[in-house]
Amino acid sequence: MRAPEADTPAERTESQTRRTESQTGRTESQVRPRLLIRDESGRAATTEVPAVPAPTAARETVFDVRDVSVFYGAKRAVGWTTLRIYRHLITAVIGPSGCGKSTFLRSLNRMNDAIPGFKLEGQILYHGHDVYGGGVNRVEVRRRIGMVFQKPNPFPKSIFDNVAWAPRNLGMKSGLSERVERALRDAALWDEVKDRLKESALGLSGGQQQRLCIARAIAVEPDVVLLDEPASALDPIATASIEELMLNLKHRYTIVIVTHNMQQAARVADRTAFFTLDPAERVGTLVEYDDTRTIFNRPRDTRTRDYVTGQFG
Amino acid sequence: MSAIVDAAAPLTPSGNLRRRLFVSQLVSGASILASFVAVAVLALVTYDVAKQGASALSWNFITHNPVGLAGGGIASAIIGSTLIIIFATLIALPVGVLTAVYLTEYAKPTSRLARALRTALDLLQGVPTIVVGLFVFGLMVVGHGESGFAGSVALSIVMLPLVARSSQEVLLLVPGTLREAADALGVARWRAILTVVLPAAAGGIVTGAILAVARAAGETAPLLLVDSLANPTQTQLLIFGHGVPNIPVLIYTASNLGIPEAQARAWGAAFVLLGLILIANIGARLALARYRARLGQ
Amino acid sequence: MTTLPAVGTSTASVSRGRTRQRRTALVDRAGSRGLLGLCLLAGLLTVFVLAEIAYQVIDGARPAIAHFGLHFLASPAWAPNFSNLGAATVLFGTAVSALMALVLATPLAIAIAIYLAMLAPRSLRAIVGPLVEMLAAIPSVVLGLWGVIVLAPFVQRHIEPWLHSTFGFLPILGAPQTTGLSVFTAGLVLTVMVIPIIAALSRDLFLTVPRELTEGAEALGATRWEVIRGVVLPTTVSGVAAATVLGLGRALGEAIAVAQVIGDGSKIRPSLFAPGTTLASKIAVDFPNTLNKLHAASLFYLALILLVIGVITSLIAQAIASRFDATRLVTR
Repeated sequence: MRAPEADTPAERTESQTRRTESQTGRTESQVRPRLLIRDESGRAATTEVPAVPAPTAARETVFDVRDVSVFYGAKRAVGWTTLRIYRHLITAVIGPSGCGKSTFLRSLNRMNDAIPGFKLEGQILYHGHDVYGGGVNRVEVRRRIGMVFQKPNPFPKSIFDNVAWAPRNLGMKSGLSERVERALRDAALWDEVKDRLKESALGLSGGQQQRLCIARAIAVEPDVVLLDEPASALDPIATASIEELMLNLKHRYTIVIVTHNMQQAARVADRTAFFTLDPAERVGTLVEYDDTRTIFNRPRDTRTRDYVTGQFG
Repeated sequence: MSAIVDAAAPLTPSGNLRRRLFVSQLVSGASILASFVAVAVLALVTYDVAKQGASALSWNFITHNPVGLAGGGIASAIIGSTLIIIFATLIALPVGVLTAVYLTEYAKPTSRLARALRTALDLLQGVPTIVVGLFVFGLMVVGHGESGFAGSVALSIVMLPLVARSSQEVLLLVPGTLREAADALGVARWRAILTVVLPAAAGGIVTGAILAVARAAGETAPLLLVDSLANPTQTQLLIFGHGVPNIPVLIYTASNLGIPEAQARAWGAAFVLLGLILIANIGARLALARYRARLGQ
Repeated sequence: MTTLPAVGTSTASVSRGRTRQRRTALVDRAGSRGLLGLCLLAGLLTVFVLAEIAYQVIDGARPAIAHFGLHFLASPAWAPNFSNLGAATVLFGTAVSALMALVLATPLAIAIAIYLAMLAPRSLRAIVGPLVEMLAAIPSVVLGLWGVIVLAPFVQRHIEPWLHSTFGFLPILGAPQTTGLSVFTAGLVLTVMVIPIIAALSRDLFLTVPRELTEGAEALGATRWEVIRGVVLPTTVSGVAAATVLGLGRALGEAIAVAQVIGDGSKIRPSLFAPGTTLASKIAVDFPNTLNKLHAASLFYLALILLVIGVITSLIAQAIASRFDATRLVTR
């Protein structure tokens, strides 16, 4: 077991940020910029930007995606994608429906393997190891890179058994109750279920079930957690609780989230990747990938600007 | 706070994964082995029947009646079985299809009659065929003697639940839009059933009937009790009031004799019977698959 | 006041039209009642046949019931000439052979279902699946013929001696008989008949487990077996149980193939390698040559027991299946 990794570079506090910014001549009031975005109905709105994360150059790379294309049979679904996903950040993947966001996400932990005709070109390096290399074991990949799905999918077992199932498989027999409790607390579900752990998980509400699925995923303490539109099937209150717990989780895990909800990306993500469906080839392509603030405030590509300001999609 | 995984290690099995993968492979191996054994048994039986039966098979075998213990052929039994099955189908097919029509087109699924009917069909399917044979014996043979028609009645009882169930499945496959369209045009329900629904389901119903016939063709127990005394050296065309030679009983009695020469005839008959049944099964399944695909399932 | 006909129509054609309408309405009413009546008749015929079967069997067994009463079930004797008859021997043979078939067939069938539903590539699944189902299409008399001529000598020459020499300390694996016609061989034949029933139904059940559940389990870093054990099997356990009960029913009711290979033993013997007899096979063997009326009535008595067992297993399977909506197992 490795020694706990020091948080390098240290998360800068707000005051440090301010100092840095004033050193460059900006006023204090401009230090915490607000994002101008449009919500679904087209109304202009502003939200506050999360604390600026440290520059990515000093961050450890978790995923190094190099010129990756995903094929289903002869059809290229996602094309020529290159980006890096960094440790302990929340990275959002946004874009219109059908642009291959989920396909891309599922390729990260080899969940597309079962789909007939699936083929991947290019390389996905996970901590330097090719995810699709020879000798790589799928089960081991998913041990380290967990996934939460769009529709909550609890097992027809008790709440406790749902969370304890994977740890039991992994042989984590001792301290199981503590592990389950910790996972449920981190998923902000403990208080609601602590008195009914033996009841069936299917009796929970949609939002609770999804938080259970998150607890299930983090019970084995993976390295990365992938979330495929985790809140799209939920009401706004449940959505808010999930976003909040994501912000807490990123200190321990690396989080990649696919979402069709721009505000959600703006609220929680440190970095955002914008995909679009190339109209000519019908292939999902990465348009722009940057700090969330940049994507929403000063996008470089017109397609990005059109999307985030609600011109289309 | 660290994850307990060694994130930067190569993506090869860590911790107890190697052992768990081994167990999983073991189960996979056992599954493949079990499937192989099942297919092997099928191949073995088919091969043995084919090998032994082919040597007895000839044009003579199919067109002549038995002569003594080992000579001649099984023509009378073929004719007898065919007659018995034809009449069994004539009884079972209409009753089975009409029952299925009632259950899918008329009855409300929760009505007491429908539930009783469904239970009765399942129970009928669970009655051992030898008991069916005893039933028909008590009903038709006592006081009247054996007859091929008694065999037909017994086989029709065996076929009935099968025809009803397969017809039901096919009728449920017919899209509801067809019925709605007929309804919207003001066509009476019975006309819609006869002219729209049944024709749409006809292909599937026929293949289901073929499967039921294949099943009945091999049923020996009822015939053993109600139609096993006929003299096979004579072709008997009148199945009412007379016992009729038939293939299953022929195979059964020959197999019990323990005399190799007689067994050759049994193998030949088994070859014919198994061959026809397997062909009917394969053909019906292919047709059913194509039928389902056409209905968009 | 008479209504004026529409312009362009004659009174004759209008009244012809009305007659046609009336006739169509009549035909429609007749047709709808007719078809419904026919269907109801067919359905009632089914129920009627079932009731008649019960009646005939009880009626035929009446002399034996009157003569032996319930003691029939406990008496192991079977001497028709001395009017000393009892069902204990056949009940024992029925239980042992069916149990052996179930013990062998269930794990094999579930393993086959796992392969067909979860492991086999699509192309193999389309071939192996129907082949396994084809196993059920072999007529029992043909399987019995093969059993007598091919299987029994093989079992007698190779399997029984080996089993006896290795595990002979167990009384159920006693000294082999000379012919290979034994409860053991009958159990093997029954296994072959029961496997396709349980395997096909279980495979269908495994395929109904929602993809999102198995994907969710896979995403948690579980091996294939863990996914099967943790998600697939628990979700389908009641359906598989119902399928097993249906297989049991088949094994209990099989007369012909068992009659051909079981040797028609007359005593309760502990060894599987001894000849034996079952409810169904005893009827098949004795009925063509009954010695007296009591003999025949006793066979009806056996049939009554068999009918009751058949009805009970059918009801159990239905109860299990419908409780958990395994709809393939029951008529909808």
